[in-house]
Amino acid sequence: MNNTIATLNIEAIREEFPVLSQQVNGKPLVYFDNAATSQKPKSVINALTHYYENDNSNIHRGIHTLAERATADYEDTRALTQRFINAGEKEEIIFTKGTTDGINLVSQAYGRKFLNAGDEIIISEMEHHSNIVPWQLLCGQTGAVLKIAPIDDQGDIIIEEFEGLLTEKTKIVSIVYISNTLGTINPVKHLTSLAHKAGAIMMVDAAQVTPHEKIDVKDLNCDFLVFSGHKMYGPTGVGVLYGKRSLLEKMDPYQGGGEMINDVTFEKTTYNDIPYKFEAGTPNIADVIALKEAILFIQNIGHDNIQAHENDLLKYGTEQLSKLDGFIPVGTAKQKASVISFNIEGIHPFDIGMLLDAKGIAVRTGHHCTQPLMNRLQIEGTVRASFAVYNTMAEIDRLKEGLEDIIKKFR
Amino acid sequence: MSESLKNVQEDIIEEFSMLEGDMEMIINYIIEIGDQMDPLDENARTEDNIVKGCQSKVWMSAQIADGKIQFQADSNTAVTKGLVSILVRVLSNQTPEAILNEDIFFPEKIGMNRFIGTQRSNGFGSMIKQMKIYALAFSAKKTSNA
Repeated sequence: MNNTIATLNIEAIREEFPVLSQQVNGKPLVYFDNAATSQKPKSVINALTHYYENDNSNIHRGIHTLAERATADYEDTRALTQRFINAGEKEEIIFTKGTTDGINLVSQAYGRKFLNAGDEIIISEMEHHSNIVPWQLLCGQTGAVLKIAPIDDQGDIIIEEFEGLLTEKTKIVSIVYISNTLGTINPVKHLTSLAHKAGAIMMVDAAQVTPHEKIDVKDLNCDFLVFSGHKMYGPTGVGVLYGKRSLLEKMDPYQGGGEMINDVTFEKTTYNDIPYKFEAGTPNIADVIALKEAILFIQNIGHDNIQAHENDLLKYGTEQLSKLDGFIPVGTAKQKASVISFNIEGIHPFDIGMLLDAKGIAVRTGHHCTQPLMNRLQIEGTVRASFAVYNTMAEIDRLKEGLEDIIKKFR
Repeated sequence: MSESLKNVQEDIIEEFSMLEGDMEMIINYIIEIGDQMDPLDENARTEDNIVKGCQSKVWMSAQIADGKIQFQADSNTAVTKGLVSILVRVLSNQTPEAILNEDIFFPEKIGMNRFIGTQRSNGFGSMIKQMKIYALAFSAKKTSNA
């Protein structure tokens, strides 16, 4: 075991996560399913209980003190999120239920209004179902056509092929920033500039990015970007859609209801301004407020420090697991986030997952909601270990030992 | 005379109680008993014989001889193969009527939900359902032949 990070006190960080100190099946929990959802620090949990114990009320129209406090806290998260991803203004931050909700919002509120039969949408072969199905629905509604940018065997998008798909018919490009299955970090800034050259708008699925890497939407110059709170140490049920003001303003509302209106008569309704135009109904106030604590948690440690630690985990994990009998890595892209997807020859991922769970080790097994990618790679599924800032080298050792034991039984 | 459905289930409960709730021992035991199951006939591994509703692939076929059903099954995963082998052991050598009418109580008694999880319990339920469908089909055939 080696410890290369001097600046991060991982033990102190672990103390912030109550869930990590438990035993699972009689063994200390090793949580390696962070790409599915991360655990939550005390500050996030406390923000939720604090809100319900002290400030609970409906926001924006209440004139009493509690409503004022809740509104201020809710809007505080918006302002912090704006700075977190370097958006130009806080009105460009729309709170959603999560990444999936954000993609559906754009596909319906932008796509249905601006796409016509024969227009084209480009996604890649490594997309999560949430960045495939909303576009298929849109194609069904408009007659637009879905085009798929292929990947190579390592798990990188083949840029020349991507460029070849771009034509004057291309209206939307929607690409995952970091693949949940392969860990590939896609060159989204470059892809965005290529999309723009063809006259298309660029949407970025950043669900896997926020806990690991700094996002700068101005630098990327993407038109839309979506992510979820729960993958970045925040609560479930809250996510963010960033969109450029010029685009958000010309889109129709996604849902109708309270909050999103300006003036309602039975004859005609005028809509509120952005971001409220897209936040119909009482929003997820508590979780939005707690999301602020998740962002602060990340900022307090610093993306650079998190990334350095996770890169060490990735490097050590890859080295160690590569020594296993029958180890087959899935996804060996040039730029990778802290995800190790793999198979062990002759053992089904499901069996590995069950046996690791019996040893207190939580990994993900299966197709990871990327069935077309599994088809492309001609595999049924993988075992996926994905790391967060609170994971340790010693936990990787436990994973390796666990796998050795399982392999021995099956050989 | 074959062992009653109740007795086979009680044997299984007894065997699992010896594992003292140790998850690793339980899963390894399930894999072991799956290994010992008679292999499924190669030509029974068809699309038609796949049990729907299971996360892993499960193939199942059944024959009736002397009024009793014999089940055969297989799976692409070792744990699921073990799980289905328990059901094959419980429900084989039974009459269609016994399979349809008698209580299948062993999953609850051994705490199946706890160690295979809710989602896979649904898959386990699908296997039982499929076996009951076989029993129903054989029972209907018997009635129409009578």
